[in-house]
Amino acid sequence: MLAQQKRPATSLATEDCAEIDRWIARYPADQKQSAVMAALRIVQDSNGGWLTTELMDAIADYLEIPPVAVYEVATFYSMYEHKPVGKHKVCVCTNISCQLRGSDEIVDHFKQKLGVGLGETTPDNQFTLKEVECLGACAGAPVIQIGRQYHEHLTPEKIDEILATLATS
Amino acid sequence: MVTIEIDGKPYQAEPNTMLIDVADANGIDIPRFCYHKKLSVAASCRMCLVEVEKAPKPLPACATPVSEGMKVFTRSTKALTAQKAVMEFLLINHPLDCPICDQGGECELQDVAVGYGKDLSRYHDAKRVVFDKNIGPLIATEMTRCIHCTRCVRFAAEIAGVQELGATGRGEHMLIGTYVEKNVASELSGNIIDLCPVGALTAKPSRFSARAWELQQHDGIAPHDALGSNLHFHIRRNQLIRVVPKENEAINEVWLSDRDRFSYQAITAKDRLTQPMIKKDGNWQTTDWETALAFATDGLKAVIAKQQAQAIGTLASPTATVEELYLLQKLTRGIGSPNIDHRLRQIDFSDQDNAPLYPALGCAIADVENSDVTLIIGSHLRKEQPLLNHRLRKATLQGNKVVLVNPVDYEFNYPIAAKMIVPPSDLVNALASIAHALSKNRPKKILSKETNALLAKINFNDAHKAIADQLAAHDQRFTILLGNLATSHPQFALIRAFAGIIAQLTGAQIGYLPEAANSAGAWLAGMLPHRQAAGEKANTVGYDAEAMLAQGLAGYILLGLEPELDCYDGVIALQTLQQAEFVVAITAYHTPTMESYANVLLPMATFAETSGTYINCEGKWQSFSGAISPMGEARPAWKILRVLGNLFDIKGFNYVSSEEVRNELRTLVGDKTVNNHLQWQLPEHLSNEQIKGLQRITEMSIYTTDSLVRRAPALQNTVDAQIATGAHLNIHTANALKLNGHQQVEVMQGDNRATLAVVLDERVPDNCVLLYAGQTATMTLGAWDGTISVTGVSA
Repeated sequence: MLAQQKRPATSLATEDCAEIDRWIARYPADQKQSAVMAALRIVQDSNGGWLTTELMDAIADYLEIPPVAVYEVATFYSMYEHKPVGKHKVCVCTNISCQLRGSDEIVDHFKQKLGVGLGETTPDNQFTLKEVECLGACAGAPVIQIGRQYHEHLTPEKIDEILATLATS
Repeated sequence: MVTIEIDGKPYQAEPNTMLIDVADANGIDIPRFCYHKKLSVAASCRMCLVEVEKAPKPLPACATPVSEGMKVFTRSTKALTAQKAVMEFLLINHPLDCPICDQGGECELQDVAVGYGKDLSRYHDAKRVVFDKNIGPLIATEMTRCIHCTRCVRFAAEIAGVQELGATGRGEHMLIGTYVEKNVASELSGNIIDLCPVGALTAKPSRFSARAWELQQHDGIAPHDALGSNLHFHIRRNQLIRVVPKENEAINEVWLSDRDRFSYQAITAKDRLTQPMIKKDGNWQTTDWETALAFATDGLKAVIAKQQAQAIGTLASPTATVEELYLLQKLTRGIGSPNIDHRLRQIDFSDQDNAPLYPALGCAIADVENSDVTLIIGSHLRKEQPLLNHRLRKATLQGNKVVLVNPVDYEFNYPIAAKMIVPPSDLVNALASIAHALSKNRPKKILSKETNALLAKINFNDAHKAIADQLAAHDQRFTILLGNLATSHPQFALIRAFAGIIAQLTGAQIGYLPEAANSAGAWLAGMLPHRQAAGEKANTVGYDAEAMLAQGLAGYILLGLEPELDCYDGVIALQTLQQAEFVVAITAYHTPTMESYANVLLPMATFAETSGTYINCEGKWQSFSGAISPMGEARPAWKILRVLGNLFDIKGFNYVSSEEVRNELRTLVGDKTVNNHLQWQLPEHLSNEQIKGLQRITEMSIYTTDSLVRRAPALQNTVDAQIATGAHLNIHTANALKLNGHQQVEVMQGDNRATLAVVLDERVPDNCVLLYAGQTATMTLGAWDGTISVTGVSA
């Protein structure tokens, strides 16, 4: 039998829905779409750090907005991933302040240590190296973000320390 | 009003009007890409930057409200420099492929670049390239050309009411599209072709077929829904290349439905009839007009001689022009037969004498927006009359309410205040219950004693009351619209009666949603068994469309229809015609089915090839002239009928132009106006009989309504056309019938059968099957209503 597809095939995990509901509650009742960014983050976190089209459709259905409205937000912001990422996502800022303070050297060092280029993931799925725009911490340039953690005033030595810690975590 | 100054001249304007609107109203050119008067303001392209006194930077005219004393300079050095700079940026990533671009020559980007840009670019690096996505059979994409004005995105969200397009990514990586590969499904989607200021979105069916400067523009009227949308034909060397909307704020605004835009493809369909054909001694042969017309006349005369004139019946499609229909009924009545009809999809004619002069909306098309509450009875309005539905969408966005009573839970692209979905067999009772619930809070004397007595016998529940409550407020403007599913209902007279009672209780205005482009014209032209031209009572009342086919007459004249697809019961229509002695078909097409019943095929011109008039749902007469010459030997049907009239020696058939025919009818109609205040007859009590078994619900789908749309390949490949196939039933019904695992079902209606794909469809009520008419797959099943049975077919 052919079903006239209306509902998305994938649905969201119950605990994700509960968390999204807490965000929905922060906005006026008729403005559920305001929770879209939080919903994307929650769903991305519980899906191992990346989003699929099916999950975005499920979010659209949950927030009662057209799927394309979710795609627009999810592709606009660089913190949403559309391909699988490693356990640790290393986001290197290469904007003006970091660049002046040597972000090129930081990027090169990561490339050499991890053996991958920007936008790539190590074969053991431990690290993804990513170039990002300004992280808003210029006073600590050069800056990277790994997970929820900022690391500032970076040097190659400091990077070795960070990677060593993460490798054992 | 405030006074502002633009380029040194004073202008009056309403406060807070946007500057660009004031400039447009006064004929001052300001370049723009993202601004469109029917869409929200995005102010994203920055092309409309102008200098405003005391503002430190140039301001976008589309997003700057006017205020008292404002001094604006559209051609100052500052404005021109800003415009030049924006133009240079916009062209950075735009490809230089104008020579192979369909938009070339009618491109806003080209025009504005010439008018406001620089003559060279300082950008020498690589341009971005965007891969195209297939978004369906109507719209070709070349997204590298896109300048991100977002008009198409805003159109989809704001006008079509389905946000299908979006801007994904950002900055240089921003893309306009659907993100996932899918077809755009709106019935108004073609309008984004016109909106696109560049060649990113162009018409797929006419892609690469002509250059804009080779095209001649000719006015026309759309031949499908009852709005009579105004359009332009674009013609090159007598070939119709494409159709685009002609602005008419009172009818189609600036839009055109996809059906009206792409049906022109049928003009050059493979099975176009281009020469007269006659069946002689059982063999079909092509012939000349003189022979064919003589053959047709002789054949009909033979039938009349053998039996009598009453043995002739005439059926016409309501997409024929007023002139054609007027001459056809004049011819038939001249021969001496009263059997004349165009109501091919109606079955209940019991109250035809009480019907108004013609089925009319009851108000101006634009006025639909002002109805506070609109009750729609039996209509998939969004697909029946897409641009009328758009008016109601605008109304609901202003806060007006739409209430539905429908046999299928059709999706509307705006919020519905209340709805009641009932199987066809319960429709009358549901309306009666709503009327009863409404009458509770009204003085008894509004209704007649008999009506009150009848209503008292009818129960109503909370659901009926909920609908009634929506309709109850006294100070509101309230409209009731009767759609195609009401007109084709076996109890149409009762539906009309209860709609009338609801109108009486609430002071509502009743309106019809006529089925076709010229339904109103067909009534006025006298294409009816009980009324002559201009609504005059017929001396002898003939057979209606249904009776004509059920009775089996000896001779038929058919104008522009395929009875097996166009009539309520295609099976009976076909059988009857095949048994008839002599059938004259005036038709634009030539099908094997026609060969099976007709004796003469007379090739007629299609809508773009003939002059004529359509009368739309608000009663507006819209005349047009032929844009291209008819294909092959085809001739305008009014000319064919004129000659037939002469061959039958009927008086008054010496017209020299279609205008003369129209003026004759116009004079007959005079100043008669339509009165939608209904009269009706009520039975003493309503039958409460429950239908046992599965009920058939039949909808004429958007892309099968007439011979033209059925032959437009682009339309047949749309999402809407694909949805409208198969046997639709809901999951409960499917489970009850044990259809799980079956792809196909055999549908049986009496002795008739058809094998159809089974489609699970939540919109269909329990114990009902929704079938789509106008297509060969369901043609074999017969009448549009009744009980059917469904069994799974093993693969």
